[in-house]
Amino acid sequence: MKVPVSVTVNGVTHAVEVEPRLLLVHFLRETLGLTGTNVGCDTSQCGSCTVLIDGEAVKSCTVLAVQADGRQVTTIEGLARNGTLHPLQEAFWEKHGLQCGFCTPGMIMTAVDLLARNPNPTEAEIRHGLEGNLCRCTGYQNIVAAVQHAAARMKG
Amino acid sequence: MATIFGTPVKRREDPRLITGQAKYTDDLVEPGMVHMAVVRSPYAHARIKRIDTSKAAQMPGVLGVFTGKDMQAAGMGNMPCAWVVPNSDTKTPPYPAIAVDTVRYVGNAVAIVVATDRYLARDAADAVQVDYDPLPVVVDAVKATEAGAPQLHAEAPKNLAFHWKVSGGDVEAAFKQADVVVRETIVNQRLVPNAMEPRAALARYDAATDEVTLWVTSQNPHIVRFLLGLTTGIPENRVRVVAPEVGGGFGSKIPHYPEDAMVVFASKMVGRPVKWTETRSENYKATIHGRDHVQEVELAAKKDGTILGLRAKVWANLGAYLSTASTGVPTILHGLMLSGVYTIKNIHEDVYGVFTNTTPVDAYRGAGRPEATFLVERMVDLLARELSMDPVEVRRKNLIPPFTDGYTVATGLVYDTGNYQAALDKALELADYQGLRKKQAEARAAGKIMGIGVCTYAEICGLGPSSVAGAVGFGGGLWESAIVRFHPSGKVTVMVGVSPHGQGEETTFAQIVASELGVPIEDVQVVHGDTAQTPMGWGTYGSRTTAVGGGALAQAARKVKEKARAVAAHLLEASVEDIDYADGKFFVKGSPSKAKTIQDVCLMANVAWNLPKGMEPGLEASAFFDPPNFVYPFGAHIAVVEIDPDTYEVKLVKYVAVDDCGKVINPMIVEGQIHGGIVQGIGQALWEGARYDEQGQLLTGSMMDYVVPKAEFFPKFELGATETPTTVNALGVKGIGETGTIASTPAVYNAVMDALAPFKVRKVDMPLTPERIWRAIRDAQRS
Repeated sequence: MKVPVSVTVNGVTHAVEVEPRLLLVHFLRETLGLTGTNVGCDTSQCGSCTVLIDGEAVKSCTVLAVQADGRQVTTIEGLARNGTLHPLQEAFWEKHGLQCGFCTPGMIMTAVDLLARNPNPTEAEIRHGLEGNLCRCTGYQNIVAAVQHAAARMKG
Repeated sequence: MATIFGTPVKRREDPRLITGQAKYTDDLVEPGMVHMAVVRSPYAHARIKRIDTSKAAQMPGVLGVFTGKDMQAAGMGNMPCAWVVPNSDTKTPPYPAIAVDTVRYVGNAVAIVVATDRYLARDAADAVQVDYDPLPVVVDAVKATEAGAPQLHAEAPKNLAFHWKVSGGDVEAAFKQADVVVRETIVNQRLVPNAMEPRAALARYDAATDEVTLWVTSQNPHIVRFLLGLTTGIPENRVRVVAPEVGGGFGSKIPHYPEDAMVVFASKMVGRPVKWTETRSENYKATIHGRDHVQEVELAAKKDGTILGLRAKVWANLGAYLSTASTGVPTILHGLMLSGVYTIKNIHEDVYGVFTNTTPVDAYRGAGRPEATFLVERMVDLLARELSMDPVEVRRKNLIPPFTDGYTVATGLVYDTGNYQAALDKALELADYQGLRKKQAEARAAGKIMGIGVCTYAEICGLGPSSVAGAVGFGGGLWESAIVRFHPSGKVTVMVGVSPHGQGEETTFAQIVASELGVPIEDVQVVHGDTAQTPMGWGTYGSRTTAVGGGALAQAARKVKEKARAVAAHLLEASVEDIDYADGKFFVKGSPSKAKTIQDVCLMANVAWNLPKGMEPGLEASAFFDPPNFVYPFGAHIAVVEIDPDTYEVKLVKYVAVDDCGKVINPMIVEGQIHGGIVQGIGQALWEGARYDEQGQLLTGSMMDYVVPKAEFFPKFELGATETPTTVNALGVKGIGETGTIASTPAVYNAVMDALAPFKVRKVDMPLTPERIWRAIRDAQRS
């Protein structure tokens, strides 16, 4: 039994019918073809699937698509505006904040939320703020540097 | 232009990765694609009495349910072990992709289901009914070799896959001469690699042509293609293997896995493209693990700290079956490295490879060298403690002196180049070692628990000379290949046999070509990971991509340059010997104003209107590089820890790493590799560890139960470097992918044991959790 939902993803509203058990991350990846959001675990530890729901960082593997009904979802694909990278995307590139790139979309979306709540974080606050996102490649040092760099740029 | 080599060029991989446009295997969709789910054994050891697929087969969307017998009936072969170590009497029992009559570890596949949707496939997999007859279980490698232990394979009595030995010098005599002998039993625990991208495989079989394409999360698509020919019976020239974007591997994506063969089989059976993506819980059970050694070690020395000999007996847990490269890891990549960076003239080691009812063990970042380095570095520290010497002084006393033309260690390896003192001195200076010791004395006086740990290391990588690969039983060569192709417009495509998956060689390889040939770096495209587009190569592991693949690339680029020089000479009406080259331009010696750019030359070579007599058109070269030796990067790491006196939690307060990987192409990327390696190595020391219960259930079966290190666990690392080029390849580069992992585990472990020295604690098994430290202190106080 499918149920109707209307979810706005990156500014585009999708009114579709979905299985009640469909996870938001599979709705994004398989129903909408937005494969930038990755699935790295099945226990909400890794954060690879992090997206914004109404501006707040959420692990989309732990949300049902039906729970996103009527809400605004932003994925990594929706972060750049008019071909201009978001300062966090720029900073991850500039500071070598990624290697295999698999955790990166989730890491960046979490950092967007982090800087929205705390535009001027200390190194310790950044490290703590990223506790829900795992990276196996970078050792985090350059991710932290990227978030610091973006914070400085976003302050202007 | 020449300055491109050695500069922190931003990575060209990144734009697609930071915008979500990159395509990993699970992102791919083929027309008509369906999904596979795997039914896995909940028992560690059991006979399969009956598999009832009837209910699952009738469920919505199900296209087929298949068992191991179905795969055998279709002529599918067993999973091969590609590394059979000589002089070890290695047993390679049958390893069917899907178990046929016996399961030997939790997670062993027993059936597969193909359905139109991921969720439906999972539902149907849960409806497959399997009756098991449980058998006795053994998970511990030492116990598995004892009399009366449950037996896994009829072919391997006492569960021994092999017994391999390495000897150099006269170890018995060394121990007789010794003033002091230190002994320790070291447990180098089992780890779960945890690449962030789980494994996935998508096969499209085309019945019309009997061809198959397999997209797979692999570090070495050419090896998978080679082996897939064996497991599926489809001739290699009808198999295309593509490693698209791959989300990290750390060794766990080297093996040719059962699921690779399963999706090919399934696609053939249902006539549609079939995709399988593992869940993380599946990954913990069905993707290889790493390490898992028990080592009994003795070190003989003189009173002044001079090491005379090293003797060890190692039980290497290989899991239930031999994975692709498993046997080479605890032998060649471990046993041969027991001299470390020291002049240990007498070495003997016995390695027992043991089958147990656990997930197969294979190469995990460092692969054998962490197990060797930890062993040596721990024993050196124990010797220092025994003799009341500073651990740095014991190291200095035994370090191999600087060398530039090879140094032969007791195990027979010839290290390429090294200057271990320089790296150690730099690390001591960066860390202010003397200052740290003063601080430690003050901290101890104030009741604090603080420790300083040192590790000096060298490691074997850049695998390796093919003749050696053959001699050590590796079932392939270890050379690399590259094609450099100039298009008429002067744009360049580079095709390489290696298969980077996060290390950034699309960038560093473009830097090599831009530096060698003077073309703008943006004009160089690097293609890898697709057997239909790239020449044969053995893949990305063993820190070999740049040292060997880059060596092949430099060689191909230099061949192109020589052809271009001949064309330029013709165009400039001069003899080839009179042509000079600088920054992408060819000119007659002494008159640089009348030059032909490489693009001019390229255009003429391609239109071929006016070439030297007899010259073939085109500007392209292919090169195969078989390195004359391995490369041996080295360095010194220093860790400082504080232990909370109430909770016994270890806090890493400072970490200094000095690494020498020879010439550096891109320092930003090199530092990134070191950072990541350090975190993985510290993970082993402090938090990570796979644990089984006696029944073979994996207690650490997900990221909820297994600690993958987080950002807030670490301070900012301080990095330094020395530069000792290798002579093994044209670029002078060594590998840097694994050094951090190799050096950081002993550095941090030694720091913690240094901190605990006042409590008379000299050993705590890793990971060094607060509970284990508390117990060790309590036990030491009681005795």
